[in-house]
Amino acid sequence: MSETLNRYRVSTRRSAELALLVGAWLIGVFAWILVDSATGETSLGGWTSLLSAGVLLLITHGAVRWQAPYADPLLLPSVAALNMLGLAMIHRLDIAAAQRAISNGSPMPTPDVYLQLTWMLVGLVAFILVLSFVGDHRRLQRFTFTAGFAGIALLFLPLLPFIGSEVNGARLWINFLGFTFQPGELAKVALTIFFAGFLVTRRHSLALVHKKILGVGVPRAKDVGPLLLVWFAALLVLILERDLGTSLLLFGLFIVMLYVATGRRSWVLIGGSLLTVGGGLAYQAFGHVRVRFDVWLDPFADANGSGFQIVQSLYGFANGGIFGTGWGQGYPQLVPFAKTDFITSALGEELGLMGMIAILLLFAIVVERGARAAVATRDPFGNLLAIGLTTVIGLQTFIVIGGVTRLVPLTGLTTPFLSYGGSSLVANYIIIALLIRISNAARAPEVTDAELVLRQDGEGND
Amino acid sequence: MIRQINRVTAAIVVLLLALIINLSYIQVFKAGDLRGQAGNQRVTLTEYSRERGPILLASEAIAESTPTSDALKYLREYPDGSTYASITGFYSLVYGATGIESEANNILAGNDSRFFVDRLQQLFANREPKGGAIRLTIDPDAQVAAMKALNGRTGAVVAIDPTTGAILALASSPSFDPNLLSSHDAGDIQANYEELNADTNQPLLNRPIAMTLPPGSTFKLVTAAAALESGNYVANTELPGPKQINLPGTDVQLGNWNDKSCGPGDVTTLQAALEISCNTAFAWLGMELGADAISEQAQKFGFESEFEVPMTAAISRFPVDPNKPQTAMSAIGQFDVRATALQMAMVAAGIANDGVVMNPYLISQVLGPDLTVLQNTNPSAFGRAMSVENSKILRDMMVGVVQNGTATKAAISGVTVGGKTGTAENAPGEPAHAWFVGLAPSDKSKVAVAVVLQNGGGATEVSGNSLAAPIAAAVMRAVLKQ
Repeated sequence: MSETLNRYRVSTRRSAELALLVGAWLIGVFAWILVDSATGETSLGGWTSLLSAGVLLLITHGAVRWQAPYADPLLLPSVAALNMLGLAMIHRLDIAAAQRAISNGSPMPTPDVYLQLTWMLVGLVAFILVLSFVGDHRRLQRFTFTAGFAGIALLFLPLLPFIGSEVNGARLWINFLGFTFQPGELAKVALTIFFAGFLVTRRHSLALVHKKILGVGVPRAKDVGPLLLVWFAALLVLILERDLGTSLLLFGLFIVMLYVATGRRSWVLIGGSLLTVGGGLAYQAFGHVRVRFDVWLDPFADANGSGFQIVQSLYGFANGGIFGTGWGQGYPQLVPFAKTDFITSALGEELGLMGMIAILLLFAIVVERGARAAVATRDPFGNLLAIGLTTVIGLQTFIVIGGVTRLVPLTGLTTPFLSYGGSSLVANYIIIALLIRISNAARAPEVTDAELVLRQDGEGND
Repeated sequence: MIRQINRVTAAIVVLLLALIINLSYIQVFKAGDLRGQAGNQRVTLTEYSRERGPILLASEAIAESTPTSDALKYLREYPDGSTYASITGFYSLVYGATGIESEANNILAGNDSRFFVDRLQQLFANREPKGGAIRLTIDPDAQVAAMKALNGRTGAVVAIDPTTGAILALASSPSFDPNLLSSHDAGDIQANYEELNADTNQPLLNRPIAMTLPPGSTFKLVTAAAALESGNYVANTELPGPKQINLPGTDVQLGNWNDKSCGPGDVTTLQAALEISCNTAFAWLGMELGADAISEQAQKFGFESEFEVPMTAAISRFPVDPNKPQTAMSAIGQFDVRATALQMAMVAAGIANDGVVMNPYLISQVLGPDLTVLQNTNPSAFGRAMSVENSKILRDMMVGVVQNGTATKAAISGVTVGGKTGTAENAPGEPAHAWFVGLAPSDKSKVAVAVVLQNGGGATEVSGNSLAAPIAAAVMRAVLKQ
């Protein structure tokens, strides 16, 4: 095999990945130790949790080494560091919940960190499975429409009776075998595959101006029809489920992929105007949208009511200041949903601005590395898929952290890799697995004959 | 497509940068404002997580913080809570702080700028920050004696060291246990507070400094002082003392408490009138002196002034521009004269301290976290109320009141006690307030005291001598270690 020969010429950077992964794990270990020493808590979790997380990461590293030896060495360690920070903060909030239970004399709550660890296991298994079964990302293009239908179906699941469930006014969850799952998180991966697969074949015709409406070039209906259908169906379902965050995310993703595929800036303008008009209509039509928007403009107008969450979040960030209170020494438990939507408020309070900048840099590394894979991969589908997946992580990070810091209206999304929540963790590990697969293809030595055959197969496929 | 990908990447990085800029704004520039927002629990919680300094008497602590296992790392405890509640106040998660806990909060919480160096050292030594301590002037014997003597009856006792103004006892009854409000359970605190607040006996009211009542005959000391200071009267100056006098311009006949004439031929002396608490003589004297002279004398003792001990005391009042009959009634401490127990103790203290009224105070020392003294309180004079000679005359007259007059139950064997009783008329149908104001020993006084039992503390027969004087005697004995 020429691959064996090429290994001598192209560095795989696997050792760098391993070293960084150990570093990421150590960040979590130190955070955990600091939490325990600050809170005087030793009974919850501890070394078993940390060691299992370490072993899981090590196994995942082995899988990358085996399945994608040329993969980008920064992607996995970056998200592992975020995952470990998230675990430490969930552990810290578990302690706060336990202390609260003691002082109230109420029964001890089950620590969430074990469930999150289990989800980390599921996420990493999904990561390894995706990496193993998707040997070449180009094969995913075959499943363009399957992915589109799957995305819509997944989004639709929570609306079904019996398995769908409503939490805090949004119907985003399904109950399955005693587990709750948020299918919208997986839907965003499926829909990204659909958008990439669909756009890569229609991008030239989409770029052609068919006719002009109000001075804006509009493509042919048969080129744009299925796309709009899937997209509107997605938004409709999300409106029914009152999931503003995912609506915004998918909307943004769609605009970005359309822009990248066609190279036409008018899509960004159209998207921007649609967002304004849609937002305005939603403000008029839906009470909950109106409340969110008004709270964004003036959270202190109803600081103990509708503005409570965001006000508490801002208090948390303010209490953290530049250097933070230190692990275990703030009051992140005062912010509602501190483990899920508001986990960055908790991190911002205890790690301060410095910690937040570090966390945002980790996200920036993921985005930059994802984009690098998108640029470097040699096929247009890979280009589109990688930038789409990168956009999902970057945009979701912006929407949720922007929301809890009042930069944009609060919509409710999990913070990738940090927040408590299985669906989010699994979906995001799948995204990283796909990015790693694409980056492997991009960094691997020049194509082999076998790959050339594959590529020709792929192009003739739809 | 590559160019578009790069642009999208740049756009996402710009978004992440916007997050950092916004976070810098919130966590650095806006942080102070947000921390100071009313309703931001974190400030309170941070205060609770630091070991709050104790409130100390000479040796014992009457409020201290003990470590707990819950999120609010320290619990505020009051070992003898109800005895000292009027002084310490409470420190509550729900209702904030009162009393010394509130007034000295910056010291106790360690926020005072004097602790800056300590805080730096703590930071570098990685020690838990700790608040400073407060030492009080309270004499535990006197305070315990006062609370014991009040025995749950509605009333107040104030004892002052006349030479310094140091408050030796500040008792309010009925009292409450501040431990009920300083727990970590908001629900309990709320329930306890609501119960205390609904209690018709008002246990949360800080009676010695917050409650003003007509001082009744104890105010005759002020009228007598005004008479002496006018230069026209001495102890044995004769005054008319009939069984009753007509208040000019009205058909009201003011009588004596015993319905008797104050002396043979309806004539008495200033000294005798004070001893037997002759209303007619003092009403006449008041009209002779005029409202302005009495008001001025009252102000020299501290009426119309606000005192911070450091808790702010209610202002004691003498009526503004009373007419003749009103002046007559005011001269015997009725009509619209209102005084706190603290104010009446200051009257006694001024007479005891050769005429100089000292500013009353509770905090004797401010201490650092390691109990080194940061500041000693220097006693300060409020002003001279009367001349040295006249104060001596008035003291002797007060001794006469205890030895021969209406305040015999204030006597302490082996000590010359001076005093004045009062039975302040109240709204018709309501029992009178029983007062006693006194000092001991009469030369070089070590203690001045005021006692009031609101509505006689529930007694059927209200008299200053039988109800208030024994309490004063008990407190004075405790101070003098008799």
